[in-house]
Amino acid sequence: MTLTTADRKYTMFSPVLTVLRDVLARPSGAIGLTLVTAHLVLALISPLIVPYDFKATNSSMMLTGPDMAHWLGTDHMGRDVFTRVLLGGREALLVTGIATPIAVTWGGFMGIFFGLAGGRIDEVMMRIVDAFLSLPWILKMLVLIVTFGTGVEVLIPTLAFFYGIPVIRIARAATHDVIARDFVSAARARGHGRMTIIWRELLPNVLDTLMVEGAMRWSWMLLAFSSLSFLGFGVSPPTPDWGLMIADARGFMSFAPWGVLGPVVALSSLIIGINLTADALAKALGIDRAQKAPV
Amino acid sequence: MLRMLLRRMALGAITVAIVSIIIFSGVELLPGDACTAFLEREAKGKLLENCREAQGLNRGPFERYFDWAASAIRGDFGVSANGQKSIAELVGNRLKNSLLLASSSLALGVPLAILLGVITGLWRDRPIDLTLSTIAIFAMTIPEFVSATVLILLFSVWLGWLPGIVLTPAHAPAVEFFPEIILPVIVLTMVMTAHILRMVRSSVIEVMAGDYVQMATLKGVPYWRIVFRHALPNALLPAINVVALTVAWLLGGVVVIEVVFNYPGLGRMIIDSISDRDLPVVQAIALIVATVYVGVNLSADLLTMFANPRLRTLYMRQK
Amino acid sequence: MTQPVIDIKDVSIGFDGKSGETLHVLRNVDMSVSEGESLGIVGESGSGKSTLALAAMGYLKRGLRLLDGSVSFRGEDMFSRSGPELEKIRGGELALIPQNSGQSLTPTLRIGAQIIEALRLHSSVPPAEYSTKAIELLSQVRLPEPEAILSRFPHELSGGQQQRVAIAMALAGEPHTLLLDEPTTGLDVTTQAHILELLRDIARERSMAMVYVSHDLGAIARVCDRVMVMYAGEVVLDGTTRQVLKAPVHPYARGLLASIPRLADRQLPVALDGRPPAPGGVGVGCSFADRCALSEDRCRAERPELTTLPTGEQVRCYFADRALELSLRGSGVEPAVVRADGEAALSLNTLSISYQQPGLLDRVFGRDAAIVATVDDIQISVARGETLGLVGESGSGKSTILKSVAGLLPPVGGTITVAGGTPLAPMVERRSADHLRRVQLIFQNPDDSLNPRHTVAEILSQPLKLYFGLSGEALERRSAEILDRVRLGAHYLDRLPSQLSGGEKQRVAIARAFAADPDLVLCDEVTSALDVSVQAAVLDLLNELKETQGTTYVFVSHDLAVVKALSDRVAVLYQGRLCEIGPSEQVYSAPSHPYSEVLLGAVLEPDPDVAPVLAADDVVESSPPAAGCPFQRRCPRKIGAICDTDMPPWQETNNGHAIRCHHTIATLTQLQEEDARA
Repeated sequence: MTLTTADRKYTMFSPVLTVLRDVLARPSGAIGLTLVTAHLVLALISPLIVPYDFKATNSSMMLTGPDMAHWLGTDHMGRDVFTRVLLGGREALLVTGIATPIAVTWGGFMGIFFGLAGGRIDEVMMRIVDAFLSLPWILKMLVLIVTFGTGVEVLIPTLAFFYGIPVIRIARAATHDVIARDFVSAARARGHGRMTIIWRELLPNVLDTLMVEGAMRWSWMLLAFSSLSFLGFGVSPPTPDWGLMIADARGFMSFAPWGVLGPVVALSSLIIGINLTADALAKALGIDRAQKAPV
Repeated sequence: MLRMLLRRMALGAITVAIVSIIIFSGVELLPGDACTAFLEREAKGKLLENCREAQGLNRGPFERYFDWAASAIRGDFGVSANGQKSIAELVGNRLKNSLLLASSSLALGVPLAILLGVITGLWRDRPIDLTLSTIAIFAMTIPEFVSATVLILLFSVWLGWLPGIVLTPAHAPAVEFFPEIILPVIVLTMVMTAHILRMVRSSVIEVMAGDYVQMATLKGVPYWRIVFRHALPNALLPAINVVALTVAWLLGGVVVIEVVFNYPGLGRMIIDSISDRDLPVVQAIALIVATVYVGVNLSADLLTMFANPRLRTLYMRQK
Repeated sequence: MTQPVIDIKDVSIGFDGKSGETLHVLRNVDMSVSEGESLGIVGESGSGKSTLALAAMGYLKRGLRLLDGSVSFRGEDMFSRSGPELEKIRGGELALIPQNSGQSLTPTLRIGAQIIEALRLHSSVPPAEYSTKAIELLSQVRLPEPEAILSRFPHELSGGQQQRVAIAMALAGEPHTLLLDEPTTGLDVTTQAHILELLRDIARERSMAMVYVSHDLGAIARVCDRVMVMYAGEVVLDGTTRQVLKAPVHPYARGLLASIPRLADRQLPVALDGRPPAPGGVGVGCSFADRCALSEDRCRAERPELTTLPTGEQVRCYFADRALELSLRGSGVEPAVVRADGEAALSLNTLSISYQQPGLLDRVFGRDAAIVATVDDIQISVARGETLGLVGESGSGKSTILKSVAGLLPPVGGTITVAGGTPLAPMVERRSADHLRRVQLIFQNPDDSLNPRHTVAEILSQPLKLYFGLSGEALERRSAEILDRVRLGAHYLDRLPSQLSGGEKQRVAIARAFAADPDLVLCDEVTSALDVSVQAAVLDLLNELKETQGTTYVFVSHDLAVVKALSDRVAVLYQGRLCEIGPSEQVYSAPSHPYSEVLLGAVLEPDPDVAPVLAADDVVESSPPAAGCPFQRRCPRKIGAICDTDMPPWQETNNGHAIRCHHTIATLTQLQEEDARA
């Protein structure tokens, strides 16, 4: 009967620590988490360490190959590619890093709500969700972007809204699984209020699914973000962005492939890192991620 | 049984109806309309009035919605805002091309994905599984424009084996897209194969570890007979729905690849029409793609139901 | 002496632990079965009995390795045979009947296809006669309408039917030896008794050798000549059924027998303290030493060998002679009988419950009448401090009634009243705080009823905060007190359910219910998911709590012996209708309702001298008949048309014992006494 506060704290966080240890114990988790962490750290400190100004053009140094001064060469405007690669993920990470939690939160809450409510409202809501899912993603996004512009203040809510819709379905299904279990009946029979049951019994269990879902949404959102940039609907020049850089450098890739290579490796390593982490997280939490289709 | 079928179809129809409302009101909420967009916003007075008159934009939103929806059901989407061409015809050509791209990729990708998924599932954790699964993760996660760029660099620019860009016009017959279509098909196949492969693999592993496979083994059924007769019919059921989602994605979501290869499919038309503010075309494409999505998913659900005896009884009982 | 059919010598099987060490599932096991012999392997979960049975077929589950020893079938080693050779033997000479056939039959293949597959692979039957032979096999396992069953899918059959199909499939290969892995676990008592009789008959007729793996000594007693008792991956006792069940010489076997509640007498079984070691957790000594009443230093220092006694049994114990002194009977603790004349703690008044809610179309057309209530016309009163047992097979509505009392499933008619005469609101959300606290429910499976994300402290704090507003120091102290009352230490407070054993989890669930200081505790099959020795401990705990707290129980179970051990009064349900109710000693003896008679007859006792009586078919009915007696379709004592048309009247004997039957009490007594004599 001598439990100190420190002990109690430890147990409160121990589930998180256990999961983290479990993720790191798998090769995919260790590699994935390392990649993601490295990208996050770089995004934070890159403005301090880049060797050149990202928008300094130099007409005498266009499309030069890699050398000691420019490790990844220069682009068609004579800008240092290495500098731009280091900086090129910041916008993407900022936008998706904010939009992902918003998407998972609002989608998760809606899903839990409709999963609990059931009946008519749920039926109608699911039809609306289906309707949104049936529209091509690019169409939904572009209509808003073309109308309201490509700033961060448009991209974040747009991505957060549309990427939250499939989360509704997933959270709803997870809710249905949990409410069928006896510990929820037990809480009801004890006479706990609805909010207590949602908060204490339901949420911790649905959270597992939402965490894995969040990681997946994040990677798809990054994919969408860079695709938009690539198509010219994302970040506006001269801000460095991997998608935009690949689009720009593509025209010269037959004789200056370094311009493509840098951003390709940077973008791919980040997305692969997220996916490997999500895989390991799903396995550690006992959720089969491969069974889910990317909607 | 029949009632169940009708019920599912009615639900699908309701979804499409909701989509049409979303599309219509979405476009309605945007600032400007087809005429202001087409006339580059500064249009005023008579010109705008005439255009609105011609497009019937002066009527109330409800009237216009029902008019639009009713014509759409008949396959008439009106005329495009800029070219004054029949939208049905414009979109029809693009739809044909998208279907060509989708069906070629499916014909190649689905059998390949199932084959590789079964192989990786049966030889789980062996070198072949580790190799294929790793490749799958890469194929699935690397952005399509990246893999497309690399493939063009390799096969078109350096090796010169395949054309890297499609120059055939949208209305050309399907055969003329060969061999230009090969590279886009390869890129699409890579991405979708990876997704389906992972799903099939995990389903095969689950089924092969199940009680009835153990029972078949202990009943003396030869290994390959277990695989083909006892395991696969169960393991492949969930693949139906994933393939359906892939179909929907192939029809409306492969914009990036169409842009990279300059392929005249629906995806590129979406971008073009949005950039041009050609709202009637946007509405038409959205409605068509959504209908295909709902239809394909409905068919997949029904197919799963008929292929799975357990679900079949369940729904028979529900009438 | 003929050569043994299956000969397993010194087999050890294990798997690799997380840090690479080898963990044993089986340790130096010897097993041999001779021609025509039937051997039972008994043990609790984790004892390695199923692994042993599968090893006899040369099969190991994924991850397991054969570490040592040899397995031979008819003189040839199973683990060195080639794939095709094994395929020929498995399902042919050596066939398996699995546990849970529902999951062992391939869901996408029709029954016919699966049986014909076995015929094609293993029998000499010409292809043209496959169907005829399959039908013949299905009728041999006494399935009605075998032709129709051929074209069914597995999920369209009931559990008992699926098990019969599995038996038919095993017989298709004309086996010489049958392995049975818990073949009746999970089935209703009457179905189980029928399947066992069928297996006995088949083994006799064909003089097959059988290996019967089960945790159920009652089933083993019925089918086997010889019994091997396994504990922590070892054989601890091997002898004839009579030797093992009547006078076992190993302390574990005695403890196991003493922990089984018996129909014959109303007393609490004795629990085995502690729990079996996990794989790899056995030290150098005897694996049972920590739980054994006889253990001495030697037992912990050195592992006893399996030695043959003069009487023929083999035992792994240094003190086999002294083991006979250990009691085999129950604890002798007879729960104090509470008579039903006190104030009612719970009254169910013409309660009726329906799972089916009328559909929209039915409501529109006013077709509500078509729905037959799942539970109907229940009239029960439970006195304060009394324990009422509710028994019946699956689908009898016993758990449904508990759910309704707990307010989770509103009744469609009738009232539920607690002490003080106030009726409970139908839905839990409408009940007063006082009512909520006074009625507590304990579920069958603690894995499902404890939130996996909450520690024991959080689990216990919920009722304490909700009903008593405790917090901080007081909350912690009270939680520890309650844990102590269910015999768990305060160090359990910080554990998650996944870190507890099955018995410990159920204790936590019980602690949570008692934390509310309830008047009425509803127990829904609370011991069904537990091993017998753990079950005994839980029953003992429930009885202790009842005596110290004066709690009233409604105790639901499919196990009649368990109900008898704890209940003052028993109510028998069939298809959601009451058949019989009364003091337990009267319900458990003649005169009985014909359904109670069928149920009691089918109970298997761990005693080779007690044979079950199979009075009725083991048909599974999906819904009660629209009119007349609910048991009309299966009743062995059916009178005639009156049973189909009229609901039988209640007939009282004495002491509040009542039977709902068209037969008079006198007739029932006479009929049942005649049968007992015959």
